[in-house]
Amino acid sequence: MDLPIVALLAQDGITNGAIYALLALALVLVFAVTRVIWVPSGEFLAYGTLTLAGLQLGKASGIAGLLAGMAVVAGAMEAWRSIGDGEARRLPARLALWTGLPLAIAAALYFIAPLQPPFFVQILLALTAVTALGPLLYRIAFQPVAEASVLVLLIVAVAVHFALVGLGLWFFGAEGSRTPPFTSASFELGGVTVSGQSVLVVATSIALIFALALFFNRTLYGRALRATAVNRVGARLAGISPGFAGTLTFTLGALMCAFCGVLIGPITTVYYDSGFLISLKGFVGAIFGGLVTYPAAAAGSLLVGVLESFSSFWASAFKEVIVFTLIIPVLLWLSLTTQHHEEDE
Amino acid sequence: MTTPLLEVESLSVSYGKVEAVHGVSIRAGEGRIVSVIGPNGAGKTTLLGAIMGLLPSRGTIRYLGEPLAGASVEERVGRGLVLVPEKRELFASMTVGDNLALGAFARRRDGEAATRRSLDEVYGRFPRLAERRDQLAGTLSGGERQMLALGRALMGRPKLLMLDEPSLGLAPLIVREIFSIIVGLRAAGVSILLIEQNARAALQVSDDGYVLETGELVLSGPSAELAADPKVAATYLGQGAGH
Repeated sequence: MDLPIVALLAQDGITNGAIYALLALALVLVFAVTRVIWVPSGEFLAYGTLTLAGLQLGKASGIAGLLAGMAVVAGAMEAWRSIGDGEARRLPARLALWTGLPLAIAAALYFIAPLQPPFFVQILLALTAVTALGPLLYRIAFQPVAEASVLVLLIVAVAVHFALVGLGLWFFGAEGSRTPPFTSASFELGGVTVSGQSVLVVATSIALIFALALFFNRTLYGRALRATAVNRVGARLAGISPGFAGTLTFTLGALMCAFCGVLIGPITTVYYDSGFLISLKGFVGAIFGGLVTYPAAAAGSLLVGVLESFSSFWASAFKEVIVFTLIIPVLLWLSLTTQHHEEDE
Repeated sequence: MTTPLLEVESLSVSYGKVEAVHGVSIRAGEGRIVSVIGPNGAGKTTLLGAIMGLLPSRGTIRYLGEPLAGASVEERVGRGLVLVPEKRELFASMTVGDNLALGAFARRRDGEAATRRSLDEVYGRFPRLAERRDQLAGTLSGGERQMLALGRALMGRPKLLMLDEPSLGLAPLIVREIFSIIVGLRAAGVSILLIEQNARAALQVSDDGYVLETGELVLSGPSAELAADPKVAATYLGQGAGH
């Protein structure tokens, strides 16, 4: 093994690690605010890639159908709730938000896709569409059981994962997709070839993480999400509704996963069911931070990426085994260093 | 008589099959301090939880003349019904300034300038919070935490401020300070519903009082009369009750 190979493997590892880091941060965020272990995050990633690949071919019927279907279900749930609570006067506004807006996005996608807009616009469309699925999914599957225990939420999350894989097969088909690279540029750095694609992925991830940090530290809504994560009762008493916090969190989480999908598209072929394995690697990264610490989750994900890339060189058949075995020493370490907290509520 | 700010009628609250509050009726008038005293476990915190919407209850709660049934906790906060809970429930890993800013979350549509004004007001009332504005809430002393909890509640511009055991676990000097702040708040037009085990201090500052025992109201009336009542004096203000 010589330097160019090491450099190549490291580059691959860091590129993948940056994507895992985004996934890990989304997992930590969703868990901290809503206590949901977001098993279906990988499906959002896959949807991101598949939507962009579809747009490349001028098709968006899959994602548009999925969005429209979920919008109708969410709208029906809102209608049921509004009538049950005797708040019929609020129904039009709620329907506009939960059904009208996603339907408008679905329609826009459906009609713009055949026009073959530029690549950049396609990316924006794919991100918007997949992000819109986040709050809808929260509304349909998680908000009705928001006060349940972590275990119940986990079971719901697993069920949602399977449902979304099935829906993925139905709406996007069984074929795998790959999207073209953002750039084919590459340059020499100290005798090592660095691909522009890798640089772009890492830079985008860092920029997104930076933007999220700003959001959480500087804006009122970001702080409201942190407050909900720190103290749910305190947040309610300050007027921050858990439903609002959950909706916003799932929107952000979906955006981050959709971003991952866009970034990973040129790197690997994504099928409707590819998301799970990728998101598990983000999960291993998130475990480094005990599912609560953002920097540790990001660092852990980078390590996962690098470890994966080197083990695929040395023992490619055991690549996944090596990566997932990593979780055992990490869990041991965490169980020895952190005090056990009783689950409150 | 004008409609009181808060009117609770035959309110019952249960935890599963166990009823903790049985048909309690209380009123809190505009511009007054109303205290509810009683021993540990009398259902005082439960009563506030129900008024705030944190716990399901039977009976009617009318606030500003309208029934509150169906309104979520957050909607009640938005309408000026604000609770400072017994455990304070601060955002420990966030700064004092962030905690206060979030107190105005329900009023975010009033705009930045309104929040700014409330913040200056709170810092004026609690200079110690201003000194510690960049410190994490979790690193504050007990008294400072209570001030921060009060300050965060005031950021929501409450019409009725409900305080659950504001003196709990605090040194006597700080308790005096907290109670003088409460009296100052009434002067500033905030009506207060005060829950206290420290009956002496509560009856001293309040206008009206209720005595709650094992989930039932046993006495009510103007605080001065309650304090003079021999039963109250013996049970709650008796010798050695100087804590």
